[in-house]
Amino acid sequence: MRSLIFRTSSVFLLPALLVFSVVVLFRGHNEPGGGFVGGLLAASAFSLYALAYSVEEARRLLPLSLTTILGIGLALALLSGAPAMFLGEPWFTGVWPQGLPAFGEVKFGTVMLFDIGVYLVVLAITLIMILSLAEDAE
Amino acid sequence: MLIATLLIFGAALVGPVVHRLLGRFAAPVLALAPLAGFIYFLREAKLIFEGGSVFENWNWAPELGVMLGFRLDGLGLLFALLVTGVGVLVVVYAGAYLKGHVHLGRFYSYLLGFMGSMLGLVLTDNVIALFVFWELTSITSYLLIGFDHQRKAARDSALQALLVTGIGGLALLAGLVLLGILGMQASLDDPWSVSGLVEGLAAGAIDRDSGLVHGAVVLILLGALTKSAIFPFHFWLPGAMEAPTPVSAYLHSSTMVKAGIFLMARFQQGFSGMALWDTTLVVLGGITMVGTVFLASRQTYYKKLLAYSTTSSLGAMAMLLGLGANAAVGAMGYLFAHAMFKGALFLVAGNVDHGAHEKDTEKVGGLAGKMPLTFAAALLAAASMAGVVPMLGFAAKKLMKYGLHGSEWETILVVGVTAFSVMTALVACMVGVLPFIGKLKGSADEAHEVSPGLLFGPLVLAVLGVVAGVMPGWFAAPLIASAASSVAGAEKSVSIGLGSLMKADLSMALTVGAIVAGVVLFVVRVLWRRATSPVEWLDVVGPARMYKRSVSGTLWLAWWQTRILQNGYLRHYVWTILGTTIALVGYGLYRSGIERIPLPLGEAFYFEIALVMFIVAGAIGASTIRTRLAVVSVLGIVGFAIAAVYVIFGAFDVAMTQFAIETLIVIILVLVVYHLPRFRSFSTPISRWMDIAIALGFGAMMTVLALLAADVTLSGPISDYFAENAAPVAYGRNVVNVILVDFRATDTFGEIVVLALAALGVMTLLRLRAENPSGGTERDGGKGEGA
Amino acid sequence: MNLLLSITVGVLFGASIYMILRRSVVKLIIGLVLLGHGANLLIFLSSGLVRGRPPLVPMGGSRLEGEYSDPLPAALILTAIVISFGIVSFAAVLVKRAYQEVGTDDLDEMKNTDR
Repeated sequence: MRSLIFRTSSVFLLPALLVFSVVVLFRGHNEPGGGFVGGLLAASAFSLYALAYSVEEARRLLPLSLTTILGIGLALALLSGAPAMFLGEPWFTGVWPQGLPAFGEVKFGTVMLFDIGVYLVVLAITLIMILSLAEDAE
Repeated sequence: MLIATLLIFGAALVGPVVHRLLGRFAAPVLALAPLAGFIYFLREAKLIFEGGSVFENWNWAPELGVMLGFRLDGLGLLFALLVTGVGVLVVVYAGAYLKGHVHLGRFYSYLLGFMGSMLGLVLTDNVIALFVFWELTSITSYLLIGFDHQRKAARDSALQALLVTGIGGLALLAGLVLLGILGMQASLDDPWSVSGLVEGLAAGAIDRDSGLVHGAVVLILLGALTKSAIFPFHFWLPGAMEAPTPVSAYLHSSTMVKAGIFLMARFQQGFSGMALWDTTLVVLGGITMVGTVFLASRQTYYKKLLAYSTTSSLGAMAMLLGLGANAAVGAMGYLFAHAMFKGALFLVAGNVDHGAHEKDTEKVGGLAGKMPLTFAAALLAAASMAGVVPMLGFAAKKLMKYGLHGSEWETILVVGVTAFSVMTALVACMVGVLPFIGKLKGSADEAHEVSPGLLFGPLVLAVLGVVAGVMPGWFAAPLIASAASSVAGAEKSVSIGLGSLMKADLSMALTVGAIVAGVVLFVVRVLWRRATSPVEWLDVVGPARMYKRSVSGTLWLAWWQTRILQNGYLRHYVWTILGTTIALVGYGLYRSGIERIPLPLGEAFYFEIALVMFIVAGAIGASTIRTRLAVVSVLGIVGFAIAAVYVIFGAFDVAMTQFAIETLIVIILVLVVYHLPRFRSFSTPISRWMDIAIALGFGAMMTVLALLAADVTLSGPISDYFAENAAPVAYGRNVVNVILVDFRATDTFGEIVVLALAALGVMTLLRLRAENPSGGTERDGGKGEGA
Repeated sequence: MNLLLSITVGVLFGASIYMILRRSVVKLIIGLVLLGHGANLLIFLSSGLVRGRPPLVPMGGSRLEGEYSDPLPAALILTAIVISFGIVSFAAVLVKRAYQEVGTDDLDEMKNTDR
């Protein structure tokens, strides 16, 4: 698995896949995509790198530890429901602030935060599983 | 009010982090959360004293009528002030008491978590929320009692407390739901609010004579009596003394055990006058009051003395509540005074443990010189406990006695209360006086006074006892009065100024006489203990023994039936389940007529047929191929073909997910299968043919079910709702994604929690290897202590 | 197409059960994977098959028009796929660790936990 071709291509593929996963995440609301697929794509990117080089190196690329990412994702998803409660709506009702200056017609609401949370969680769990298994197999 | 509660829960969440950052200063900082709550409640006090109450309502699921309602009235105010006020003191105390303990951060979390739950319990107006907070206090109490989890005694006591209060909690839920349903049938305004139900019961809208209401009373009483350690459920409280002292001071004297009393007080208006309610409370409360204080008089261990006398005080409060509206003032007054002096005394016990390293009151003496401030606090608190003038305890005892007037059992109760006072005075001497007077004894030589953090709590509580006793009209009297008013449903006024209480009559004579008798008993305490030692054989039939027997009996029953039903062969389980299912479904099909199975021969494009053939060939291949790697690859083919089917029929998101997941599953399977042995042939031919038969039968059954299901079109209004509302209301054009993250976000959240648990399970399984080739290097770091 | 897919569902379920009934732990995992596929396909099938009209509101439109694939079962299947991924991964790791602890990959010998 450590062939030169594989290693070189994975160095280029990793950032491309990551960007693509983020694009998929953000377009999910209007076109096919979403948090789940985005997270899986990002996880695949890191897994590719881990298979080409080593799990250690892949882990080093991550800014935070995987369980921290998992926790942040869960917290983000849960707390995205809070603004609704303070506006008198049931928990998890989507809140869409309108009319942000300089952003024009951009629609960004708590639902997006939830999707980002899902993205982070899926990324974290997949990597936890794959990297732990790969480490074990080494 | 919601904010005050959430603030404390928030402090609980950040407790460990604050502890790691601030070390010694963590306790005062964390104590700010309950302090903020305390100040808020103080500000509301003026309004409450004038007879008002504060309501707060937050929407939770308004279409179902589920609201998160909070209500602050006199009773709630009294408890809220106790929870937050004593809470501040206990947090500071805990910081000093457990200084240097490796799990202190966790302790703060548990303690503040308990505080938030208790606060929510006394403030909520919603019946279901009440139950949730009730159970939360049980759970946090379990964690706190078993904090020193290395010791078996601590684990056992924690479990015992949890089981007893947990069973009570279940009964409580049943009783509350029963009441709620009765309330709905009686068309009450808000049948799921506590205030609504109590009013309905009091006004007669819900028929109190019916069997169902009696059942609800029994269930609710079960919950309250188990929580407040009333006979016969009293045995868990002395065991709970395995907890660290701050926990004992907070939970098991000032707050959690009073939750049962709180519940009874809340429902007092609704149930008072029912023979079942009144009699049970008076009888069981009275037995507890006299019986456990008698047991207390025989103890010498500091915390056991305090534990048994707490149980008897709770019995007294329960008994007073059973006497009806007249005794409400007595119950509330005694509750207030008890919280303060018992809390102070528990903290003093902790100080004696820390400063003189002694837990037995008989084994140490003469600490007055070495620990003067602790002695002062102990003396004041003990005086309040015995009912000595001018402490608040004296006024409280008087209020108790007033409450007994006019009841038909007045004489017996007065005798009981007097006996209670005598032995309480004995206990007070043992905890407040004995370790401190006389010559230096035992480890008193090396004793030293304790740090300010440990002195803050007991002194504040003890001094408050004096101040409230001497000048009650300023705060103590109106607080007790408003609490009693909420309980009784009628205006109550309380005048407990020293002038009005010190009358020379029979009651006064009894009070003074009781104290004197108690002191006398104290002097001859060794003889007393020896004289009453025959009582120990009661332990054989006591409730504690019953508990042990039922727990081990339940475990034995579980072991026996598991041995029979679960013999360990996976195949046998699957055969049984599938065989039964196929037989039943087959019979059902046969009865409804096989000719009713539709055989739709619609059109099919050639590529669709090819995909189906891939899937079928792949499935059969996976079952028969003998090389591991080939099987995994074939699985990949099957998955991709299925994804292609999803694409053809318009489920794009699903298809993308399926492609990605299939890739990852292949990777994971390869990583796992790599280290497992090659396929071998295990089974005998006979069992193989049996397996094929069952597999074919099951496959055929599922095909028929699929045909039947595809035939039925159940496109209900739900899908139409989503189709119409995704774009305008949820601002999204991809309806599937909108359903997942907006309309059905709660389901998705549950799903990611499940995923997180699976991942953590994988991580833990792989980390716990006995032989670790990487030599135990730190892998993920993890958040918090111990991932 | 309904008929063909129903038969496929049956084949998938049958194969998965056959694998689960085998005595090797690895075949158990493979059976789980096939079971998940079968169940998802069954849900998809029972909601009605519509070719080529995904549930995407057209640009500028306000609702889905005409015939379209049902979005609700698609959402359910998506959830099911991801969760079964979690389950299969967990089961795979469990099996691997069980094999390491117990030393055998024969399920029949794993009936006892008193090793």
